[in-house]
Amino acid sequence: MNNDLIITLIKSSLPEAIIGYHEFRGELTFVVKKEQITQVAEFFKKNTELDCSYLSDLCGVDKVETEGIFEVVYHLYSIRKKHRVRLKVPIPAGNPTVSTVTDIWRTANWHERETYDMFGIRFQGHPDLRKILMPEDFEGHPLRKDYPIHGRQPATLRNVYRKDEA
Amino acid sequence: MPTTSAKTTQLMSINMGPQHPSTHGVLRLILEMDGETITRAVPDIGFLHRGVEKLAEYKTYHQFIPLTDRLDYVAPFSNNLAYALAVEKLIGVEIPERAQHIRVMLCELTRISSHLLWLATHALDIGAMTVFFYCFRERETLYDVFEMVSGSRMNLSYIRVGGVARDLPGGFLKSVEKFVTEFPSKLNEYETLLKDNPIWKKRTIGVGSISPEDAIDYGLSGPSLRGSGVNWDVRKAEPYSAYDKYDFDVPLGTHGDVYDRYRVRIEEMIQSNRIVKQALNILPKGDHITHVPNVALPAKEAVETNMESMIHHFKLITDGICPPKGEVYSCVEAPKGELGFYIVSDGSSRPYRLKIRPPSFVNLEALPKMVEGRLLPDVVAVIGSLDIVLGEIDR
Repeated sequence: MNNDLIITLIKSSLPEAIIGYHEFRGELTFVVKKEQITQVAEFFKKNTELDCSYLSDLCGVDKVETEGIFEVVYHLYSIRKKHRVRLKVPIPAGNPTVSTVTDIWRTANWHERETYDMFGIRFQGHPDLRKILMPEDFEGHPLRKDYPIHGRQPATLRNVYRKDEA
Repeated sequence: MPTTSAKTTQLMSINMGPQHPSTHGVLRLILEMDGETITRAVPDIGFLHRGVEKLAEYKTYHQFIPLTDRLDYVAPFSNNLAYALAVEKLIGVEIPERAQHIRVMLCELTRISSHLLWLATHALDIGAMTVFFYCFRERETLYDVFEMVSGSRMNLSYIRVGGVARDLPGGFLKSVEKFVTEFPSKLNEYETLLKDNPIWKKRTIGVGSISPEDAIDYGLSGPSLRGSGVNWDVRKAEPYSAYDKYDFDVPLGTHGDVYDRYRVRIEEMIQSNRIVKQALNILPKGDHITHVPNVALPAKEAVETNMESMIHHFKLITDGICPPKGEVYSCVEAPKGELGFYIVSDGSSRPYRLKIRPPSFVNLEALPKMVEGRLLPDVVAVIGSLDIVLGEIDR
């Protein structure tokens, strides 16, 4: 399915849930309202024309400084129809929560855990929302823009190793 | 507490890894066992986390290339290519045809070398020692070939945004030709050792099966997905570089077990060999890198003799490439599966956000599904059959 057809279909089927859409380098992006992400994701998977049974990737983007939001980005793909669609959900930085899509694609489980670990975005309804890459006693969320690139982790980790370093 | 079978009274937790030879790196598994049967498997990852995505936000687009080598460090060309394609898509630059074909040729050689390492260690895990020596013999030849072209054996960083770092050196094509001519007979040697080996078959057939629906739901890609019979290969579905000009087949399994994934990878090596052979024949003459001035560096000789070229070189190194504002996702069929890069650009010389979609990370997620209810030795076989590299899982 080409991008124009997808746009027409989404405009007619989910007019309430979509904030906007844009194309760049042939890639189609829909900006979706936070409350409706599960509904939209389910539609993209279940609709036979769209058939996005494959979730390629899910990640976060920190836009707190410029727009006061985090974005959760979903990369969908249809193995049968061979098209890609990107969904973006803006969520307010003050309360970074969004519904999980693990019920729709099981692969989302680890992606959401990683996004939680890196950005502190909480996925409501996630079966096992724990850190995945960082150690358990690591403080903060390293991919946030305000997390410094230099320096050592605070006291909790220093007690375990690098005791002598300042 | 979960119920246990009649003979046992309690479940036992076994810690496997992070230092364990068959976890292929620093993977830790917490296994709950009811006797010899696994009731629950919980992978624990992150031991090799280096913050590559964070580092990317502080590097110019060219400076990041060496870090991509260190993701899946047994297939550096594929990582370089996936990243370069994403940046090129972001900028919107055309790549000379010769560079395209060089990229295809090297990526397929990388696929063979990566699969050789997989076969060697996978067989070793299950107890077949000789295969290891055979595979490393051929892999050594390939590393010599890679050394000719990039100067190093493992972390190659040969692909640049806009093309490749330098043209192929003299004698390179001859070495590649020698390799592809001899390789099929070498592959037959591996086949005699494993294909109909009763022990190998007992350890792999019916082990770690996953249905096509589950495989898609778990986001499996590459040979791990095709072992279940799902015909999806990025090279065919969304041809990049010059893959649409090559004639090759996509091998598929049927049962999605360890044996089928093994067959798929063996067949893939034959197909990759075929592609390299074709590449040798159709490799066109021309430039190895584009001449778009704000993307590619000028030739070294010109920098040494010509003032304008020197200024150009200086400007590009100090300022970096500044792609337009926007975002792209680009992926390739790496030896392990779909390797994608998602880049958000704010118009500056550094990525605003760079996300890597590593195939091993996603493939590993399905491990509990494949091993729960099976025996402990099956875990070793299944990990081997997923062909994971912790460098790209932990990033």
